[in-house]
Amino acid sequence: MKKYLKPLYNGIIKENPTFVLMLGMCPTLAVTTSATNGMGMGLTTMTVLIMSNFVISLLRKIIPSRMRIPAYIVIVASLVTVVQLLLQAYIPSLYDTLGIYIPLIVVNCIILGRAEAFASKNNPLLSIMDGLGMGLGFTLALTSIGLVREILGSGTAFSMTLPISFEPITIFVMAPGAFFILALLTAIQNKLKLPSATNVQNSSLKCGGDCLHCHGSQCQINKSLLKEDHKK
Amino acid sequence: MKTLILTLISVSLVNNVVLSQFLGLCPFLGVSKQTKTALSMGGAVIFVITIASAVTHVLYRLLVLLHVEYLETVTFILIIAALVQLVELFLKKYSTALYNALGVYLPLITTNCAVLGVALTNVQNHYNFITSVVAGFGTALGFTISITILAGIRERIADNDIPHVLQGSPIVLITAGLMAIAFIGFSGLI
Repeated sequence: MKKYLKPLYNGIIKENPTFVLMLGMCPTLAVTTSATNGMGMGLTTMTVLIMSNFVISLLRKIIPSRMRIPAYIVIVASLVTVVQLLLQAYIPSLYDTLGIYIPLIVVNCIILGRAEAFASKNNPLLSIMDGLGMGLGFTLALTSIGLVREILGSGTAFSMTLPISFEPITIFVMAPGAFFILALLTAIQNKLKLPSATNVQNSSLKCGGDCLHCHGSQCQINKSLLKEDHKK
Repeated sequence: MKTLILTLISVSLVNNVVLSQFLGLCPFLGVSKQTKTALSMGGAVIFVITIASAVTHVLYRLLVLLHVEYLETVTFILIIAALVQLVELFLKKYSTALYNALGVYLPLITTNCAVLGVALTNVQNHYNFITSVVAGFGTALGFTISITILAGIRERIADNDIPHVLQGSPIVLITAGLMAIAFIGFSGLI
């Protein structure tokens, strides 16, 4: 039982995809204009991640290792299309707000990264738990970033008015605000010396140290580098 | 002609791909330490996105013909990945100078979500062939403009006395945020 709960803790806290690994920053910045939007994107990504981890884990002995990346991309892209069509049919409001960022889940680093690092080596049940943990971690991060931006920028939380009233700083729900919030987040991580992909000293990290939107396997290289750095 | 120019301005400046759409952030923050490399990266992106928007437009026509429009995401991502490989091979064989300048950056572009993003936006907006290519070129041009400006600023602030807490990513992100504010100014243009 403990074996199956470990991936949950791992995904939500120890290796949180947003706060620790800094993966999938493109949707993180783009859709977190409100807590609800952030949560919607997080849950959509989680659905794709659980399914892709499950399918890839089932096929892990069939897919030859040389062809694995294209195979993973096709699997993930098909699943994203399924989720996109389901959203269009049943939750059209979310489909409209997330727009182009739904098909772009395909190139989200977290999905390919987990396929490569976890699902291709573990059994289906364990892979589902890993997808659930990482997905919850991502949802939690997106919801909290969205909440901060919404409170500062619109003066509401989950579209409800706050008990205290103040003049909202509109810039925080606009594009520049996303950069400022992320800058603030990384600055806090720097200050507290928290384990994160952005404050590794003398970094030899791929993608210039910002594992923001690079290839899944490159992110895994960064992860192992981070681990070594943490040991030192 | 007028609409083409308006599209070009709209996608490159008003709706800048990085600063207002957040696509292609990895190279934007990762490869912007020096203006020279930033320009090469921009060149590679212009090259790939322009070709990719032309190819994906034709491909989408084919999908519509076969009534399988829902396959767009799957086919686009595969075509883009294959295209980047082809471009790399082609440049390696026929234009060594160009390959030496852009080669390193080409594999980085495959998973750059800007390429897929442009292809999908073109389809969503029902652009025709010419407009698709112009929109693709304009988007990549916008990317090049913003990454070069960011690299220029980063070169300037590299030796400055930045507070310890803000060194590294935070100061780059703040710079990007200030640039995004400046780019909001373009929204009155159209």
